[in-house]
Amino acid sequence: MAKNTIKVRAKIKGGKCIVKTLIKHPMETGLRKDKKTGKKIPAHYIKEVICEHNGEKVCVANWGVAVSKNPYLSFRFSGASKGDQIKISWVDNKGDSDSKTATIS
Amino acid sequence: MNLARREVLKLGVTGAALATLPIGTLFPARSAHAAYPENAFKEKEVTKALQDLFGTDQTASGDVKIKAPDIAENGAVVPITVSTGMSGVESITILVEKNPSPLAAHFELSPRTDGYVSTRIKMGKTSPVIAVVKANGKLYSASKTVKVTIGGCGG
Repeated sequence: MAKNTIKVRAKIKGGKCIVKTLIKHPMETGLRKDKKTGKKIPAHYIKEVICEHNGEKVCVANWGVAVSKNPYLSFRFSGASKGDQIKISWVDNKGDSDSKTATIS
Repeated sequence: MNLARREVLKLGVTGAALATLPIGTLFPARSAHAAYPENAFKEKEVTKALQDLFGTDQTASGDVKIKAPDIAENGAVVPITVSTGMSGVESITILVEKNPSPLAAHFELSPRTDGYVSTRIKMGKTSPVIAVVKANGKLYSASKTVKVTIGGCGG
């Protein structure tokens, strides 16, 4: 399991919870060539990101290789309060994963 | 004597705390979400990717806004925000028409999630960026051409 790859900020503003998350991940397309060996660097990308509020999925992202390296994601939802928990988890095409829980401020 | 009492009290408090947690916390209901659309991500054409995702490639114009730079300095990192004021939004999909595989990202949103997503994508060259919003069972789309000076897909 990967560790400490997720940064997340969740804030209540105007009655909504605004979530911004940044994940550290190479998001390799599989099209790039290693300059030294000339061989293609294998695709390595996050496939799914699950965002949960109090255990309920509020956003599920399906990503392909076209999402940028160190992907950024922001979304908004209602029905949250300051102090609630938000959890971001990801799984990539190699089966690696990580997750992070943060408190909504 | 004191040590034993402390242990017993500790156990008791933990037990009581656990008992007060809503049952959902101990046995979380794993609500199902759609499986990863493997085929859609492999398609080389927008229409086929949409067919794989939604069973149709027919979309209507509607309240779908794409915020993206007119010119992307770096095709590897193009910030895209898709938003809509519509209610009943189920999903937002982002495609880059001229990428080797157009489907870039697909977001499934809960009923209490706004029709709004912001992310960063790779673009191989100047291309229309297409946003598809599924709301109340219908598909709505908008397109914006983003010029790319340095492509972001690879060699």
